[in-house]
This record gives sequence, C-alpha cells and structure tokens, in this order.
Amino acid sequence: MRDDLRSLYQEIILDHNKNPRNFRVLEGADRVVEAYNPLCGDHYTIYLSLEQGVIREITFQGSGCAISKSSASVMSTMLKGKTRQEAEEWFRRFHHLVTEGLGADEDPESYGKLAAFSGVNEFPARVKCAILAWHTMKSALQDPAASTISTE
Amino acid sequence: MPANTLSNEQTVAGVFDAEAIREEFPILERRVHGRPLVYLDNAATTQKPLPVLRAEDSYYRTLNSNVHRGVHRLSEEATEAYEASRESVRRYLNAASTQEIVFVRGTTEAINLVAATFGRTHLAPGDVVLISGLEHHSNIVPWQMVCAERGATLSVIPIDDRGQLRMDEFGRLLTDRVKIVAVNHVSNALGTVNPVREIVAKAHARSIPVLLDGAQALPHGPVDVRELECDFYAFSGHKVFGPTGIGVLYGRSALLGSLPPYQGGGDMIRSVTFEKTVYNDLPYRFEAGTPNIAGSIGLGAALDYLWKLDWPGIRAHERDLLSYATEQISTVPGIRLIGTAEEKVGVLSFVLQDVHPHDIGTILDQEGIAIRTGHHCAQPVMIRFGIPATARASFAFYNTKAEVDALVEGVRRVREVMGV
Ligand SMILES: Cc1ncc(COP(=O)(O)O)c(C=O)c1O
Repeated sequence: MRDDLRSLYQEIILDHNKNPRNFRVLEGADRVVEAYNPLCGDHYTIYLSLEQGVIREITFQGSGCAISKSSASVMSTMLKGKTRQEAEEWFRRFHHLVTEGLGADEDPESYGKLAAFSGVNEFPARVKCAILAWHTMKSALQDPAASTISTE
Repeated sequence: MPANTLSNEQTVAGVFDAEAIREEFPILERRVHGRPLVYLDNAATTQKPLPVLRAEDSYYRTLNSNVHRGVHRLSEEATEAYEASRESVRRYLNAASTQEIVFVRGTTEAINLVAATFGRTHLAPGDVVLISGLEHHSNIVPWQMVCAERGATLSVIPIDDRGQLRMDEFGRLLTDRVKIVAVNHVSNALGTVNPVREIVAKAHARSIPVLLDGAQALPHGPVDVRELECDFYAFSGHKVFGPTGIGVLYGRSALLGSLPPYQGGGDMIRSVTFEKTVYNDLPYRFEAGTPNIAGSIGLGAALDYLWKLDWPGIRAHERDLLSYATEQISTVPGIRLIGTAEEKVGVLSFVLQDVHPHDIGTILDQEGIAIRTGHHCAQPVMIRFGIPATARASFAFYNTKAEVDALVEGVRRVREVMGV
C-alpha cells in the first residue's frame, strides 16, 4: 500500500472509526453542540458536562468519515478530566499538528494518541474532517449558547 | 435506449474509438500522485478538447473587443463570432431561432432567470410549482425563493427505490394549481434519464409550461427541444466540454417574449431616458451588461466539435461502458449501487458497507482516480435513500474500460486500507 495512505489511515484511526469511544448521548449534559460539515455531510453532536471548569464527561454521536469520527473519539478519551485551559491548549496543539504536520524537532510521543493524526496535513481536503469535533468542543466550552458549528 | 429522448437512432452505430479521441483532450495525459489520471468526475465538469482551448485563445489574441457596441473592425468581428456561437447552440438544440437562445452564466443562472421572471408574473398565492425528488439544488432553491415571495407552494414528484420518477404520482400532483413544472432531463446524482416527453405532454394537456434542466443530458448528445416541446431548457457550458462561466437558457419565443427583463443594464435596452426605458428584443433583453464573450465562443466551439462526432457510436460506447462498470463494481463485496433506473447515463453512485464516501474519495485519489463524493448538491436524493452521501463515478465518451478496471481495483484497495 502507498505510504501516504498508511500514514493517514493509521491503526488507531481505523480502530476508533470502527469502535468509537464515548459514542453515546450524555443525559443531563451542560453543553450540547452540533458539528456539521455540509461539504461531505459529516454530522455529529458533542455533549459536555462541566464541573468547576473541569470536563467531567465528554461524549458524542453522529456519522461521518473515518477521519472525523476517529478524531472525535480520540478527543473524547483525551479530554475527560481536563480543565478548560488544558482542553484549549490541546486544541491549539492538535490544530498545529493537522495543519502544519509534525515539526522536525518535535517528539511524536508528546502528542500521545493524537500523533496518529500527523499524516492529515498531507491531505489538505481532510484537515476540516480532523478538526471538526475539536472546533465544536472549543466553542461548546467558550459559549454556553453555541448550537451548531459548521466548517463552511 | 428505446424511444429515448437522448438518442438519435437514424444512423447505424459505427465503432467509436475512445482511445483516439483522448488525444484531443490534453489534460487526460496528466499524472496525479505519480499515476495516470483517471478522470471519472464528468458529471461535475468535463474536460476540454483542443478546439475549445484554441477558440478562447484565438479570441483573445485576435478579436478581443466589446460586442454590439463598436463601429470598429474588431468589435464587428467579435460580435460576429459571438453570434455565430449562438447559432451553434441553436443547432445543437434544434431551436427554431437564435432569438430563443439566451447566454447566461450556467444552468443555475438560467433557472434563476425563469424562476424570477416567470415566477414574478405567473405565481399567485395558492399556486404550485412542481419539481421532482431528483433535482439538483439549483432547481430547488430558486423555486423555493420565488414561492416564498409569492405565497405559492413547492410540490415534489417522489422517486421510487431505483431512483425513477413516480409517474403515477406525477399524474396526481399535476393539478390546475400547478403553474410550471421544472425537472431535470437527466439526474446528476444517479444518472436517471427522466421520461421528459411524457412529462411535457401531460403538463401541456393542462396548458402548464415545462422547464427542463438539461445540464446532465447534453454531454451525452444533442437534443431536439422542438421535438421534446419543452418551454425552457437550461444547461451549462462546462458540462458539455466547454468553458466555465457560460451557459444557456433556451426559451420558446412566445413564452420568453412575454416575460419581463431579469437584470437591468446595458445591451438589454433599446432606449433609455429618465422617464422611460424601452427594452431590447429577444434574446438581448435578457443579456444585460458585457457578456462572457470568450466563454460563449468557447461554448460554440465545444458544440461544433460535439456536433461532428459519431453519436450513435458514442451512445453504444457509453452504454457498453456503463453496463461493464455496473457489472464489474458489483463484484466487489459490500458495494451497494444507488440509482438503478431502467434508463441511465454513465453514472455509478455507490456506497461501500460503512465506509464513508469521503474516505473512498481520498484513497482513490491516491491512485490518480478522480471521483466525486458527497451529496452532489442533491440532498433530498440522499435523504430518500437514507444515506448521508455517495461516491459517484461519472463517465464521458473519452473514458475507457481500462479506466473502469482501475476504478474497480481502486475500490478493492479501499476495502484493504479501511480494513473491511
Ligand atoms: C442537473 C444539474 N442541474 C444544475 C446544475 C448546476 O450547474 P451549474 O453549477 O453549472 O450552474 C448541475 C451541476 O452540477 C446539474 O448537474
């Protein structure tokens, strides 16, 4: 198989696509925000429950491509228990990773499971897929009234 | 295609040589990600043959000037070339007169023109615009807009499980409140060829005019608007191997001539004073402002090029390609074809188990294969089949069986990469 594809569809991504974690409605969530990419029809709902600035639970539901779904799934496993500031810092790092790629001086390990997305920047058309859930999470944190986040 | 509106069965089919014709389309020699380009996104836009490239280039090199305005030589020649293209369009559609050929930006603008001008003058509260469940958004939204403005309603001919119009329902929906029927000749999402003759006949029996969106029909051969008896026919240059930014609205002159202008400006007038403006004749009344001159000339070149091709031979080739592709792709485990109408052009819309079409598109692209993935600007069609999107391979006459093989091989690779 071609190397680029292998680096895009890494095992972690395929696994989270097939068996997404925290893939459920969260009863009594504090924030419920929809994520929508009209171009390809990716459509998710992200649920957050917050306690004193800490993400107690984060779950999601919906459908879309392997990149968007695994990204939402991995995000949900990483952000549980994180503070708002920590979550925003991870957003910033993830955004950097998928738009710029892994820097020569960067240690992939420092990204944890997110390193699986380091191939995305070679596929400009797929950056939006990877970032969709993250954008939605960020606006859910920042704006209690947010309802739909669209990538267009 | 029996008694089909796209065919022209008088001539016996020769053997069409797709390999030879590819030489006239320089882009087909390109490589993508190190592989030969396999361009199967022809329903989105088609590639351009040399005569089209040369016509635009030569216009800018030798004729460039404004049309209908100058007394000088260049302007006269540019005007002649522009009007010669209108004649090429007339011939391709077999319209009665060039007065019936309005140059616009594309199918979208053609439909907006009719929705705005016809809608404003013919729709009253309680009236109905009848479209179909197969429409491109460009044949839905303009009607929704004018219906909202006029207090009219939009009514939709449903489709069956194969992606064909439910003609029994059409008969039921065609009431006297219907003021216009607007349907596509060929569906872009599924490739269905609609029974437009029957639609026109039934609508005309009640004196209801019909607009046909021909964007996906004309790439598969000339049509005869007089034989179809439609009132309006819309298409885009870029889908008939011509340039982007140019398209055509055909309107039967009696009806077109009764409509108010669409946009105001230069060229669409005969005389202007601050008290009163007298509008120009057809078709100029609908062509306000400096038109897309180079685009029109490119479109004329495209239609002249198509006109000389062996259409019976091409139809046989395209039918053969579609049945081969349908057969081959069906051998891949987990494939479900969306749109299996009796009469189809070369469009394969499909889903592959739970693999999202977007992932299919990326993986095929790495093999140099260009297809479209998504809802194809026809979200109601996706909703009808309960899917968010499809992968769509769409063929033109320059596609070959070897390219079908590459597609099928590519789809097998998708299974491998995605682990299904
Ligand atoms: C059936 C149909 N109608 C209308 C359109 C819109 O054409 P354009 O975008 O060129 O105006 C398309 C193009 O995708 C189409 O396939």
